[in-house]
Amino acid sequence: MKLVRLRDTDRATLHLTLEGSGLAALEGDTVLTALLAGGAGHLRDSEFGDGHRAGFCLMGACQDCWVVVEGLGRVRACATLAKDGMKVRRG
Amino acid sequence: MTETRCDVLIVGGGGAGCSAALHLALRGSRVVLLERGLVGGQASGVNYGGVRQQGRNPAELPIARKSREIWGRMKQLAGTEAEFTVTGHLKLARDDAEEANLIAYLDVAKQHGLPLRMIGRNALHGEYPWLGPKVLAGSFAPEDGSANPRLMTPALARAARDAGATLHERTEVMDYAHDGADFRLRTAAGDVFVAPVLLNLAGFWGGRVAEAFGEAVPIVPLSPNMLVTEPMGYFIEPNLGVVGGNVYLRQIPRGNVIIGGGHGESDPGQPGQTPWSRPIPEVTMEAAALAIALVPALEGVQVIRSWSGIDGQMPDRIPVIGPSSTTPGLFHAFGFSGHGFQLGPAIGAIMSELVLDGRTDIPLEPFRITRFGAAGQA
Amino acid sequence: MKVAVVGAGPAGVRAVEALLAHDIRPVWIDEAMDGGGRIYQRPPAGLRRDAKTLYGFEAPRATALHAALDAAKPHADWRPETLVWNIRPGQRQLSTLSAGRQGVVEYDAAILCTGAMDRVVPVKGWTLPGVTTMGGAQIALKSQGCGIGQRVAFLGSGPLLWLVAYQYAKAGAEVVAVLDTTRFATKLAAAPGMLRGPATFAKGLYYIGWLRAHGIRIAEGVTPLAIEGAGSVSGISWRDARGGVHRVECDAVGLGWGLKPEAQLADLAGIPFAFDAAQHNWVPRRDAAGRTPVTGIYLAGDGSGIGGAEVAEVAGARAALALLQDAGRKVETAALDRKLASLGRFRVALEKAFPFPSHLAAGLPDDALFCRCEGLTVGELRATTTGPAIPAPELNRAKAISRAGMGRCQGRVCGAAAAEILAAQLGCSVAEVGRLRGQAPVKPIPLTATP
Repeated sequence: MKLVRLRDTDRATLHLTLEGSGLAALEGDTVLTALLAGGAGHLRDSEFGDGHRAGFCLMGACQDCWVVVEGLGRVRACATLAKDGMKVRRG
Repeated sequence: MTETRCDVLIVGGGGAGCSAALHLALRGSRVVLLERGLVGGQASGVNYGGVRQQGRNPAELPIARKSREIWGRMKQLAGTEAEFTVTGHLKLARDDAEEANLIAYLDVAKQHGLPLRMIGRNALHGEYPWLGPKVLAGSFAPEDGSANPRLMTPALARAARDAGATLHERTEVMDYAHDGADFRLRTAAGDVFVAPVLLNLAGFWGGRVAEAFGEAVPIVPLSPNMLVTEPMGYFIEPNLGVVGGNVYLRQIPRGNVIIGGGHGESDPGQPGQTPWSRPIPEVTMEAAALAIALVPALEGVQVIRSWSGIDGQMPDRIPVIGPSSTTPGLFHAFGFSGHGFQLGPAIGAIMSELVLDGRTDIPLEPFRITRFGAAGQA
Repeated sequence: MKVAVVGAGPAGVRAVEALLAHDIRPVWIDEAMDGGGRIYQRPPAGLRRDAKTLYGFEAPRATALHAALDAAKPHADWRPETLVWNIRPGQRQLSTLSAGRQGVVEYDAAILCTGAMDRVVPVKGWTLPGVTTMGGAQIALKSQGCGIGQRVAFLGSGPLLWLVAYQYAKAGAEVVAVLDTTRFATKLAAAPGMLRGPATFAKGLYYIGWLRAHGIRIAEGVTPLAIEGAGSVSGISWRDARGGVHRVECDAVGLGWGLKPEAQLADLAGIPFAFDAAQHNWVPRRDAAGRTPVTGIYLAGDGSGIGGAEVAEVAGARAALALLQDAGRKVETAALDRKLASLGRFRVALEKAFPFPSHLAAGLPDDALFCRCEGLTVGELRATTTGPAIPAPELNRAKAISRAGMGRCQGRVCGAAAAEILAAQLGCSVAEVGRLRGQAPVKPIPLTATP
């Protein structure tokens, strides 16, 4: 899934890593936006064999966007602001 | 308003009740089971799911051994093994006193033919490298394991129905009477059920049934505090317990870890009222901390649900099982004090033996309803 | 008097505002980083679009609400990024989690303003990356300035379908199709009733008209067939009202059929629920003022039944006044009561125009995934009415046997559809199969060594 930046792109750049690979994002992005606009494609895999997941409700209700952020532990990507230097792993 | 006659009436649609209905129906009895809610809705459905012989009061071991034999052929009996898996039960000691307790039980186990293996500290951490550093020793029961309590009772109920038993759910008995020959039970809807034999397998509420027949017992509600985690990679194979039982946990192949420990709160309600039970947040978090001490990798894993239920506890923590002391044709099996799930299948078989054969091989003396003395407060 | 308000959306803001005006300083808790709720969600700092761009026709209301929010925060005991995961009505305690730490908030009275989430019907392929709820698609645009894809299809029914499609097209996204599962005739029949809320109705017509004028492909009365793709969305297919099958290429789908209350805390508080046939949702019992059968607990906003943002604001203020009244204060409630009554009449018509598509859930093929968390198929749910266990006559046993609703979201996403599927299988009404009971924690919380 690729989020497409349509508006409000004049913001400071942040740098995160996703499983070691660098990703550029914008200040104010949630981790979900940072990852999916940045080309991550998906946030986690279903435990039960039906493949990649990339969130669903974007409001902290569906529980489908869990990722791991070093220092924070397991977080919902849609409800967590991306910060410069964050090290993210897929959930 | 109807009147229905049968050979055996069963009050209580938990694991014991549904097993009794099945065993009796298989031997040709006309059985009617009355359950106030949905079968398996109380202790039988909310418990931890341990299928465990290890650690039981020695009096229970003959029942537990008999039940283990039935668990081994559950698929043939009930159409499903309800996810019964022989994972082994690993009972852990976290200090010297607990270790001594494990060692002392080895003799009890030997007397009853229950295979157990003590594992010392180094071997334990070698075999199970995910155990926390405070764990000193363990006793492993290779025949034990776990099953899915939510599936077991509904499956026994279905099998009982298929064998010819009649099961009425959402049917609460409001009135118990005996006319000298038969039991007459009247439900909330006004229907009457009549039979010469009544089995009181009503869990905590079995105490109320007993009281209705003049043999009150000191039973209190017992509400285990349970929680379950999100799925994580499967690595905990054995069903884990500890001496003293303040925490117990097991992981299912799907990855969720079920953790129990401590007690929630509940109200069994008056006749006609819906009972309620719920976990207590502080108890849930306390159990979480104890679980992490056993398995440090659980830290940070998410709890997704917690629950409780209502079981019945006797002062000596073993159930009431056996014939009534006041009324011929009445048999009790209730008050399983938090560890009835594994016993349920055998209880049903034993009840069918008592009813149809007038006897059972299992020594029931320790479970007699009269053991609480004349006071017998409820 | 210790008062807690859970939620800082429209209802929570106006409730706190009213409490503050009567010298009560409540503990005010919201799970999100900031208040505003969802419909008036503010983008994080750094995003600069103005209110008109963000909220369109709702800009004046949104601005006013944000002003009230910002004015109230310093005077309340404001606790953002805090999850209330349990409530103990007997002990009058909320269990909270904030920055990884457990806490307890004690209250004498509490107002629950927990809002709503999208109501969805599963569609084959709906777990593919690229599929979001309608609300989620809106949040991506409003709060993050992003479209959920390059070529987006919208599927569902209700006012949000038209609004979001319009917002996306206006923002420069390529909207490849707007697929309404409600037939035009149904909407037309409800139109006279909707004139009770002329402004809202006019907005709806405006969005639809604008989309048509800009050549956006629209289809009504559709039956979705599948969202297609390998690893990610590549297209969507549907059957039209006459039976013709169509397909369009897209890389994202926003779907939704109205809203349903997030009422888990109300459930844990012991408030009884009833099935509201008009809005086709289970709702907790409350009176027009927001009082519930549980002493000390008040409800307001979409978390107590879908009414929309305007209703939520009035209801929030009204619930605070009810609380104050019950505490012995003299308050004037007549104006708010009249406003609530008049707003309520429009909602009934709205629900008639966009009825929940029970038939779509019931018609799903056995191999469609319906429980995202547990990866369960519709067939596995249907099997709970046969199979090796005594049949499931209601949703909680179906859950026990199939695991439906046992995942991380605890049935939030799949519960409504599960009820429809089970009811259709049993041949009974959806109300008769019951609802999934709330269990603590209402959202996942971490196991910690230090409780």
